[in-house]
Amino acid sequence: MAGQAAGNANRKASGKAIVRAPREITHEGFLTHRRSRWLKIALFLSALAIAVYIFTDPQPRANGGSVAGYALGTIGALLIVWLSLIGLRKRIITSKPYSLKGWTSAHVYLGLSLIVIGTLHTGFQLGWNVHSAAYVLMMIVILSGIYGIIVYGRLPGKLSANRQEATQPQMLEAIRALDRQLDTAAQPLGKDEADLVRVSLEQTDIGGNLWQRLTGQQPNCGTAKARDAIQALVNQQMRTVKPDPRLTQILFLLERKSAALAQARRHIRMKTQLEIWLYLHVPATFALLAALIAHILSVFLYW
Amino acid sequence: MSAAAHAAKLGISHVLLEKTDHLSDTIYKYQKGKHVMATPSQLVLRAGGGLQFEAGKRETILGIWDEMTAAAKVNVKLNAEIKSIAGTGDPIPGSIQKTTTRNRDGTTVVKELQRLAPPYKLVTTSGEEIIADTIILAIGTQGNPNLLGCPGAQQPHIQYQLDDPAAYNDEHIFVFGGGDAGIENALGLAADAAQGNIVTLMNRGAEFSTAKDANVKALLAARDAGRINVMTETQPRAIEDEWVVLDTRDGEVRARCNRLIARIGSAPPRGFVEACGVEFASNDRLAFPKLSAVFESTAPGIFIVGALAGYPLIKHCMNQGHDVVEFINGNTELKPADEPILEAKFKGLPAGKSVSDWLEYLRSNVGILDGMSALQMREFMLDSEARAYRAGEVIFERNAPGSSLFGVADGQVLVEINPNDPSITVPIGKGEIFGEVGLISGRRRGATIRAGSDCVLVEISRSAALKLMSAVPAASREVTRITTLRSLLQIFKSGLGADDLTDVVASARIETIRAGQTIIKEGETGDDIYIIRSGSMVVEKTIGGKPVFLSYVPAGSYVGEMAVINGDARSATVRAAVKSDVIKLEGESFRSLLANKPELMARVRDDMASRIQHNAFIESKKDSFGGVVDMYSGVANFLVDNGIGEATDVLLIDEKLCVGCDNCEKACADSHDGLSRLDREAGRTYAHLHVPTSCRHCEHPHCMADCPPNAIHRGPTGEVYIDDTCIGCGNCQRNCPYGVIRMDKVPPKKPWLLNWLLFGQGPGPGEPSKKWSYKNAKKGVETPKKAVKCDMCTGQSGGPACVRACPTGAAIRVSPEQFLSVALLDRGAE
Ligand SMILES: Cc1cc2nc3c(=O)[nH]c(=O)nc-3n(C[C@H](O)[C@H](O)[C@H](O)COP(=O)(O)OP(=O)(O)OC[C@H]3O[C@@H](n4cnc5c(N)ncnc54)[C@H](O)[C@@H]3O)c2cc1C
Ligand code: HEM
Ligand code: SF4
Ligand code: SF4
Ligand code: SF4
Repeated sequence: MAGQAAGNANRKASGKAIVRAPREITHEGFLTHRRSRWLKIALFLSALAIAVYIFTDPQPRANGGSVAGYALGTIGALLIVWLSLIGLRKRIITSKPYSLKGWTSAHVYLGLSLIVIGTLHTGFQLGWNVHSAAYVLMMIVILSGIYGIIVYGRLPGKLSANRQEATQPQMLEAIRALDRQLDTAAQPLGKDEADLVRVSLEQTDIGGNLWQRLTGQQPNCGTAKARDAIQALVNQQMRTVKPDPRLTQILFLLERKSAALAQARRHIRMKTQLEIWLYLHVPATFALLAALIAHILSVFLYW
Repeated sequence: MSAAAHAAKLGISHVLLEKTDHLSDTIYKYQKGKHVMATPSQLVLRAGGGLQFEAGKRETILGIWDEMTAAAKVNVKLNAEIKSIAGTGDPIPGSIQKTTTRNRDGTTVVKELQRLAPPYKLVTTSGEEIIADTIILAIGTQGNPNLLGCPGAQQPHIQYQLDDPAAYNDEHIFVFGGGDAGIENALGLAADAAQGNIVTLMNRGAEFSTAKDANVKALLAARDAGRINVMTETQPRAIEDEWVVLDTRDGEVRARCNRLIARIGSAPPRGFVEACGVEFASNDRLAFPKLSAVFESTAPGIFIVGALAGYPLIKHCMNQGHDVVEFINGNTELKPADEPILEAKFKGLPAGKSVSDWLEYLRSNVGILDGMSALQMREFMLDSEARAYRAGEVIFERNAPGSSLFGVADGQVLVEINPNDPSITVPIGKGEIFGEVGLISGRRRGATIRAGSDCVLVEISRSAALKLMSAVPAASREVTRITTLRSLLQIFKSGLGADDLTDVVASARIETIRAGQTIIKEGETGDDIYIIRSGSMVVEKTIGGKPVFLSYVPAGSYVGEMAVINGDARSATVRAAVKSDVIKLEGESFRSLLANKPELMARVRDDMASRIQHNAFIESKKDSFGGVVDMYSGVANFLVDNGIGEATDVLLIDEKLCVGCDNCEKACADSHDGLSRLDREAGRTYAHLHVPTSCRHCEHPHCMADCPPNAIHRGPTGEVYIDDTCIGCGNCQRNCPYGVIRMDKVPPKKPWLLNWLLFGQGPGPGEPSKKWSYKNAKKGVETPKKAVKCDMCTGQSGGPACVRACPTGAAIRVSPEQFLSVALLDRGAE
């Protein structure tokens, strides 16, 4: 591709004022891209669909088979195909100008306009058939998309604040480093106490299963258990004598580890939430495309 | 080695003296398995005594050389470090060597040394003496590490180098020195906890000012994670067996120590070389010894070749080893190996002259080349181009990027000083130079220049120009004078001529301003005007007790005009964002210029009015929306602290929008040989504005400073890129203060994207994992590790792929002037 070697040939300083490839430098998010151009287009499209629906008065009643129905259906089907193509656009990195931000912006608003277009296309007739299956799948895709927009809007700022300039590998490394210190600090302890530390070392899952990742909750976290147990020991000693400094040191390390774990889990939780919906959005898109084909074929074959 | 092998072949009596216990120490010290490259490829190899050199693994090359030196019966003496060289003959009349040493406090001491005629007496550190008629110095530029001076510094557990951090287990190790080398060693020793080392890093100062930010961060992270102890304001006082006594801020501390690694810099070999009677071209740090066309130094009989002579590639070094022995042996006909390369350079010129005639022609016709020797001219020409232009041809256009300097050898060129009317021109004649503004400030060309008549020009690359300026002090002075004059003409335009400025230029002084240093202070009186030659400044004003950022002033602009015009006290503070050069003009002479030139006065007043308006706008915002302006100031200061002041194009990520999909990194890898040139997550963040680890295309790229094959350039759209001649030495990676260069191999080609989407083949979009690359690498083909960095996606008509591929618009690539404008105020308003 446009590797360095390819670029070098035409790089000889020519003295020409070569204009830099035009690029977007406006600092605008995807929802307001180009002053919300796609929002306006989508609103217009939806209004148009409603107008068509109201002003044409098909007999015996509104459904997909009327002229307006065909029109809405065609637009809807094309939109769905186009909306699915964002998956390719995102991954095929060409060298020509394009803006994935622009695509996302259009995707979101045109996707939302499908609620209007698709619903009107059905003429509000739903049943237990392949046609309605396509509609339901479409709504699933759209609803998951709406969830996506909500998390895209709310989480990035929090994700950034929680990171405090640390990268994910650094967070994990910090936890491993605390583990090593705990391990060393536990060497001189008696077996029972060392076993408590062992619980933290061996029974702590940073991410955990999907549910734990999504919620960031880990009720059986070994570190929390170990910390509570050691805290109890220290409290107990505190009542009688001065607490064992080796234990307070371990307690201190466990507290730091808990804090580091909490940060990493919050990070993982938000990353998962930012991603999880795509695991519904995308497979449902494939199912939708299949249902759409079935829907169109059956319409033409059995009409 | 090459010279000795050639001497052996010619049957000349010789001895090869080497200070270590192996030959070619610099190459010996490369990391294990390094792929050594044989650049420049157009240059033929002419190694002495039939030595061979082809690109290959370090081990293979060293092995072959050892065999060949043995086979050629080279008389090698290892472990023979030369301590001093002195003539034993009569004093050479009039030949006195002056050396200047600069003390820490800035004063200089000049020493004089009477040169004695050969033969020379060489003394090794072990006290052995050797007498020689001619000496070939090929000691490279690595120099000797600075040694510890404290008592006990002879203890065997002190070392000055760390070859293999994995070799030490369960030791108490102290690393002394908070530069990059020390920090990297300490991190390496502590990397694997299983080694059980207890590592302490000591630094003399409180801050790690000489180390790269990335290294300091890694060190502090390792300290916080408990893997390394860090002691600042500490140095060893005495070293005992198994123990070390430290001087700390809080007094003396005695600690266990099995090993002490001192990385406190190395002294370049210059001092040693000067003491032999060899004179350097100037006092500049970059200067090389003065040499004749046959590599003979100012000390008769002492010849210098290789990196020390200014030729840092192995092939050059070997060729010169051969050549110098030929010269000494009386072969005066020998043409240097670079002859064909130079011939090709002069091919396009009219009137076929020989290479040496051309060199002489350029030297005698272009003023600033005058002080150069024939050898220097050869080397100079390797980095430069000579070209003929027909009358009317455009040499460069306004706004074209370019950092080269041009010299007029014949004919004249015309400068179009008014962009709107190309017919208004100023001539530059034979012998003069132009293009110096690009050279100094790294900014785009200020005017279009055409050939006024048929002309012959020499285009001097930035690196050649810097070498020239350090080699020939007169050239350096001339360039400075012309840049001052021309930058004044360019900034103030308004029909000024060179004659009008004589007084002002005479009053001008060039000053270097440290990053953060203030040149103008709010409220003080003073009427000097400052023109920013290189670097950039920030303007601040105290409003409501807090400094508020007003504007960012890039190189090529001026500050301080308000006081000259209205005579008031300074209305704002101006400080350097990065190390900058300014031209300081005295207010008095500037004021009389203004008085004589009403046009200029009008222009300066215009500039001033728009600045006052801008400031007033921000001040008014401050009254009504204090928080917004605080945010604006905060963000601007954060960016300036992160070196944005020397950037020309920087990737920024708005973390209120970034969803962490890493599509930017994937896009970068997929459009650049499968290797990403940015690390999104790493880097600093302020108020959700994140500066990821990615090249900023600095005005004066630090990475270019020390690239042996000269592989780093600035391209036509302003990008800094590395070409294919990179030899993988890692210098640029060490020199880049922002840690954006990585050394890596190009991974194998991935299967087509759809094969992944549909059938799950290959690793998918983005940079493939190391494991996958390793498994799928072509067997038997060695891909060298090379330096990899952002090339600003030049050649891609869509611009930066990372920006295009961001689904939310979080990633933008902008110049600091674009970003640090009032538009930033809107951000605070969100
Ligand atoms: C990491 C790295 C990678 C590189 N990769 C490449 C590459 O791939 N291809 C390439 O062409 N170039 C490469 N270079 C550049 C190249 O290695 C050097 O330019 C070259 O080795 C210089 O050769 P030299 O003979 O001038 O000096 P050196 O190779 O430095 O040799 C000088 C020798 O003199 C000895 N010596 C010094 N002082 C004394 C004394 N007082 N008495 C006795 N002996 C003394 C030293 O021990 C040493 O053995 C690389 C450089 C580095 C640092
Ligand atoms: C029937 C309608 C839709 C279809 C077929 C569809 C399909 C897709 C597909 C295939 C992707 C690519 C995902 C990937 O490869 O990573 C995607 C991404 C996305 N969709 Fe939809 N979508 C639809 C409607 C919507 C709606 C209504 C919204 C929002 C309200 C939405 C929001 C998004 C977003 C935010 C992305 C992620 C972009 C990114 O991060 O790269 N989609 N969609
Ligand atoms: S690689 Fe060079 S140009 Fe880029 S940031 Fe580093 S020093 Fe600057
Ligand atoms: S501009 Fe291009 S090369 Fe540079 S980081 Fe972005 S994608 Fe990579
Ligand atoms: S592509 Fe954009 S949203 Fe994704 S990680 Fe990069 S900057 Fe963030």
